[in-house]
Amino acid sequence: MDMKTANKKLSLKDKYKLFTRDLGWEPTYRTKEEVFPYVQYEGIKIHDWDKWEDPFRLTMDSYWKYQAEKERKFYAIIDAHAQNNGHLHITDARYLSALKVFLQAISPGEYAAHKGFARVGREFPGVGTQVACQMQAIDEIRHAQTQIHALSNYNKFYNGFHGFAEHRDRIWYTSVARSFFDDAMAAGPFEFMIAIGFSFEYVLTNLLFVPFMSGAAYNGDMATVTFGFSAQSDEARHMTLGLECIKFMLEQDPDNLPIVQAWIDKWFWRGIRVLSLVSTMMDYMLPKRVMSWREAWNIYGIENGSALFKDLARYGIRAPKGWDHAEEAIDHMSHQLMLGLYQWKFGTSFHVWIPSDEDMDWLSKKYPTTFDKYYRPRWEHIKKHEAATGAPFNNFGLPKLCQCCQLPTLFTEPGDPTLICHRESVYQGERYHFCSDGCKDIFDNEPEKYIQAWLPMPGLMQDPLNGDLAGWMDWVFLKNGEDNGDYATSQDKHNFELWRSMASSNQ
Amino acid sequence: MSTVFIALQANEETRPIIEAIELDNPQAVVNREPAMVKINAPGRLVIRKDTIEEQLGRSYDLQELQINLITLSGNVDEDEDTLTLTWNE
Amino acid sequence: MTVVARKEYVAVPRDRVENFNGKQLVFISWDHHLLLSAPIMFCLLPQATFGELIESHLLPLLQADPDTAALDWSKVEWLKEGQPWVPDFEASLAANGIGHKEQLRMHTPGLNTVCAVN
Repeated sequence: MDMKTANKKLSLKDKYKLFTRDLGWEPTYRTKEEVFPYVQYEGIKIHDWDKWEDPFRLTMDSYWKYQAEKERKFYAIIDAHAQNNGHLHITDARYLSALKVFLQAISPGEYAAHKGFARVGREFPGVGTQVACQMQAIDEIRHAQTQIHALSNYNKFYNGFHGFAEHRDRIWYTSVARSFFDDAMAAGPFEFMIAIGFSFEYVLTNLLFVPFMSGAAYNGDMATVTFGFSAQSDEARHMTLGLECIKFMLEQDPDNLPIVQAWIDKWFWRGIRVLSLVSTMMDYMLPKRVMSWREAWNIYGIENGSALFKDLARYGIRAPKGWDHAEEAIDHMSHQLMLGLYQWKFGTSFHVWIPSDEDMDWLSKKYPTTFDKYYRPRWEHIKKHEAATGAPFNNFGLPKLCQCCQLPTLFTEPGDPTLICHRESVYQGERYHFCSDGCKDIFDNEPEKYIQAWLPMPGLMQDPLNGDLAGWMDWVFLKNGEDNGDYATSQDKHNFELWRSMASSNQ
Repeated sequence: MSTVFIALQANEETRPIIEAIELDNPQAVVNREPAMVKINAPGRLVIRKDTIEEQLGRSYDLQELQINLITLSGNVDEDEDTLTLTWNE
Repeated sequence: MTVVARKEYVAVPRDRVENFNGKQLVFISWDHHLLLSAPIMFCLLPQATFGELIESHLLPLLQADPDTAALDWSKVEWLKEGQPWVPDFEASLAANGIGHKEQLRMHTPGLNTVCAVN
């Protein structure tokens, strides 16, 4: 029939309105409080949920279209990687350690973020927020799956990739990331948004993904570049969601400011501790390095973070409480943690090595005020010790762990890089230890939450393992002599070099 | 003034987009890194659909940027014609 | 401060002394000695003597540090809960007042071969 229809294309703003707001409805036979029972108790006051808007104005139909395109691009490269022996095109097999740490500690975090966003998408009443959280929940599970899928190709050839789920749950160095996400998932929906949406995605995610994926590009790993950039293309939207949510909370009611500020202080510090793992990947694990951890911090921490907090100052927000401490610690954290990983390498499902002379020269150039003074002497001593004893340098003394971040308490006192930072609190007659003022403050604010922490080292001393290191290795899916220890004597090194030599030989 | 930035994957699709951004933002600095192009600008960066279409020689939906976007910094505002990044000073 | 929650929040600590089959945890660190990266955790009976903790458990681990050979145990300045403290090597951990998860620090001025001291 000749019905006259308005054929005008909807504007982006109108389309966004139709696909979000207009899909919502007012409940009639239950109260709003019954339908959304979790939005009051944290103390955040919201007066008008419609004021929240996604600045990209992405609607679900477009979302599927663009995500499908990203997946097509991703799988084209993953297929090519598998078909062309991509696992032999990396600089050398040391690079694999960075991938293993990523798979064991970070990819499970993507899955945790998926669960978290699925939950808060249900718990927030605002329709715009619900749609954005739904998209992010789907993004995050996509990231977990594409990362696992991309790295499964390496699992066919190399050690240490086989038990990432168990490593996530049971091994010790991953618990910094696991506890970070568990803490966020055990928080209310608004705190979750500040934890993951704002502090992690906005303030810290660039420090994880951009240098790591550039690192993959420098080291010939197309599969990782691709999953990284494919995931990262979603991060821009996540960062924007995080920033919009914080602005929304602050604009809705002035009473929200102190609550939000306390969450920023907490989650910035928790994030810095998670990123200490990333700092070791950047400074030590990439055979061909992109930039130092310090340089990445200057660009994505200082420059970007300062711009952000200057922007948020109009709401009364200041930089996170631990900011100055973090700035000082940046020149030390990768060295302190890597020296720890090296001496506890019997318990890592990745390989480590003493930096070569050339690598040490690079480190002293990148860390002119700290490396030669504090860290080169330790590496040199370890090297000497190994040469003299003919055995790898291991520290079978199990470390004290921080009750909050769960890392070994190996970071030093602010102002004195030669002295371990000792902090403790007593709560209900029980003593708890921390790596820093930041972690102690977090505990002291909510002790009931952190006294429940399952800490891997004390856990090993309890039933059923009671200190049995070999039993512990079985339990964490760590094969002694294959997955752990020094790179120089590893199967990974041996096999990589053998297979690579076969690639250019007809013998 | 604080720096806003946008980073795009370095590929055939983004080459004309980056050219368009350079045309519209003479103050922008383009950093070409492995697999990635990061464009910094003081305080404000505008991406225009029209300019991209001229460079690309076809019609372009600004939301297609999502496919090749790596990261950005600044407050975002997007409608069908422009995507703007700004910091409030 | 307490956890903000919708109902009463009850938490159980994981690492109470009852969970260690009669043993307890104690941590020892050596100030300005970072070759071993973190305070070391020991798990032993409260009836063990302090001397046994040092001789049988700590000393073997400290061998990698070049300062260990020069250690004079009678000159070590100990800190317990951050305060100066003098251990009795013959007495048990319990008799020394070393509780579960106690952190003890050794301070040895003048001994610092590997680690620059500010």
